[in-house]
Amino acid sequence: MRLSRTVRALAAATAAAIMLTACGDSGGSGSDGDTVTLNVNLFGNFGYKALYEEYQQANPSIKIKESTAAYNDHHRDLVTHLATNSGAGDIEGVDTGFIAQMREVGKQFTDLGTERESEYLPWKWQASLTADGKQIGYGTDVGGLAICYRRDFFEQAGLPTERDQVSALWASGWDAYLEAGRKYAAKAPAGTSFFDGGGQLFNAVIGQAPVGYYSEGSTIVVASNPEVRKAWDLSVRAIQDGLSAKLIGSSTEWNAGFAKGQFATIACPAWMMAKIKDQSKDASGKWDVASVPGGGGNWGGSYLTVPAQGKHVEEAKKLAAWLTAPEQQAKIFTSQGLLPSIPALYDKPEIAEYKDPFFHDAPVGKLFTTAAKELKPQYQGPRTGDIQTTIRDGLVRIEQGKQTSEESWTQTVSDVERLAK
Amino acid sequence: MSSSARLARLDHKGSPYLYILPFFLLFGAFGLFPLVYTGYVSFNDWDLIDAGAHQWIGLGNYRELLTDAYFWNALGNTLSIWVLSTVPQLLAALWIAHLLNHRLRTRTAFRMGVLLPNITSIVAVTLVFAQMFGRDFGMVNWLLGVVGIGPVDWQADTWSSHLAIAIIVMWRWTGYNALIYLASMQAIPHDLYEAADLDGASQTQQFWRITVPMLRPTIIFTTVISTIGGLQIIAEPLLFAGSGTPTGGSDRQFQTIALFMYEQGFREFRFGYASAIAWTLCLVIALFAIVNLLLTRRIADEE
Repeated sequence: MRLSRTVRALAAATAAAIMLTACGDSGGSGSDGDTVTLNVNLFGNFGYKALYEEYQQANPSIKIKESTAAYNDHHRDLVTHLATNSGAGDIEGVDTGFIAQMREVGKQFTDLGTERESEYLPWKWQASLTADGKQIGYGTDVGGLAICYRRDFFEQAGLPTERDQVSALWASGWDAYLEAGRKYAAKAPAGTSFFDGGGQLFNAVIGQAPVGYYSEGSTIVVASNPEVRKAWDLSVRAIQDGLSAKLIGSSTEWNAGFAKGQFATIACPAWMMAKIKDQSKDASGKWDVASVPGGGGNWGGSYLTVPAQGKHVEEAKKLAAWLTAPEQQAKIFTSQGLLPSIPALYDKPEIAEYKDPFFHDAPVGKLFTTAAKELKPQYQGPRTGDIQTTIRDGLVRIEQGKQTSEESWTQTVSDVERLAK
Repeated sequence: MSSSARLARLDHKGSPYLYILPFFLLFGAFGLFPLVYTGYVSFNDWDLIDAGAHQWIGLGNYRELLTDAYFWNALGNTLSIWVLSTVPQLLAALWIAHLLNHRLRTRTAFRMGVLLPNITSIVAVTLVFAQMFGRDFGMVNWLLGVVGIGPVDWQADTWSSHLAIAIIVMWRWTGYNALIYLASMQAIPHDLYEAADLDGASQTQQFWRITVPMLRPTIIFTTVISTIGGLQIIAEPLLFAGSGTPTGGSDRQFQTIALFMYEQGFREFRFGYASAIAWTLCLVIALFAIVNLLLTRRIADEE
């Protein structure tokens, strides 16, 4: 059976044409008839699952699709999508460590207006405001700071277990925290360390300083700011005393560390409680929350942004506003532990008096709202997130025994300078 | 009839080009264009995050690259991982192919089996291996512990991380190369082996005197292909780190060039610098492929 040559030539040409058009066709857009699909891209756990149901029932024309990625991957993807002007979700979550970087490219985001300014903690509102006064993100939660600890491990190590006594152990500051750590280490249950990793301890300590990695003028001051060096030295001492479980934050080993109970304490912003509940589900009642040494501080907290490239900007703005509205923030605090960024909620009884059964009925409402009220806001610059990672790597080098504190500090400082290029 | 004759002639001359056209169109769109465009970008200071604002700086990126200690570090790591993975990989592949060619029952099952690691998702494979090489709960450390060797922090040291990554690469590619060797082993005329048998040559002698020399073109091919692949390794070191940071460990001890390029492009958003790295990597690979070709040809000639 032979086809004529012309037919064969035609067939080849058609095949080529089909391949080309097939490559040119991009994925479908979000709208299908009357319903609009909104893509929400997040990292970690924002605790929105139940709220989506509620919103979809009240707005039958909206369908919400959430995707989550790991912390670093998520922010890298977002920037790539902004740069190529395609692929970003209708709503994108942004962490405090990256919000300043997004603020610099504010034109890529929809202006959310000034109506809700009075609701928010002023520093939370400011941090996502561009130089020309455009608001690019609604704040979701703030970190606050406490120390979460394992009651069972403390008991085995002969330390007090009641949260007031535990708070009193290190009421005088971080040195007392290390002192408690050394006592713990002397009688520690096998396979456990006092805290999770040097990088995370450092984050907590620097989160309490009035000035962190940046001065107000967006200059990086890591090398010259004595607070940074103080936090570094404290973390190094803790590592050298053998108190660190040497786990790297946000790594798979860290996640396993929660489940396997490799550490007795962890610097605990409110969102860390959600993390603990996710990762060590069967440790309910064994965890408790004490106050943090060294006064109030903040670590983390997030924003919801609406990239300008989206096809359903108006619908997305509405959803973002609803998800971050006071009622929803209150619900997320009691279900997930994420601390609201709306101070009017801090005095509401359902927040202020909330006790979390997972954390041995700790009065987390009172603990975290008190901490949030005392909080001294710290200016965040564009590379905050990456500076944090760089310093963490520096501390990991010491944990791994690759370098001395001075060697690692010198390299860390030059790596941070490189980031500023 | 002259018009149909003309058509036939046109068909005769034109249709071959038409048949190969799809490849060249696709190659142009997804191969050549990005290559040339990347070359153009590499001569610019190009900020990815700021909607591609850029400025022509000539060879500036390349000049910076040559004095960048982290580039040389990445190059060294890449070569080390490449040697650690390619040499044992190809030797093992040769040996496996030899076994599959001769004396196994259920040969087909084994022949299919060796390809399985290659069709498994690279992400899944790397994640599983990263767990096995875990410091605290990894299976490898547990096994070492059984024979009394203390736990190794595989990520921490240069040698240990390179070894672990090389093993992941080997796991994926040994079977693939074995199948290629097997295919060309089967093309070796059987009377050569019969003649050798008559002369009283042992199995080993037959392997080294007949099989290996006859496989010469295939060995050259696999070496070049493994070199190209080995120098571009990125997913394994990225996922091996476990924390999603593209620096390849706390001290960049296992950052490869491709990973360095990714870091510069998608963390630092220095699109121009990343493009310069891409082109440099391309040149390095071309250089290695040529040297490799010459070396393997000579080694095979000496047999």
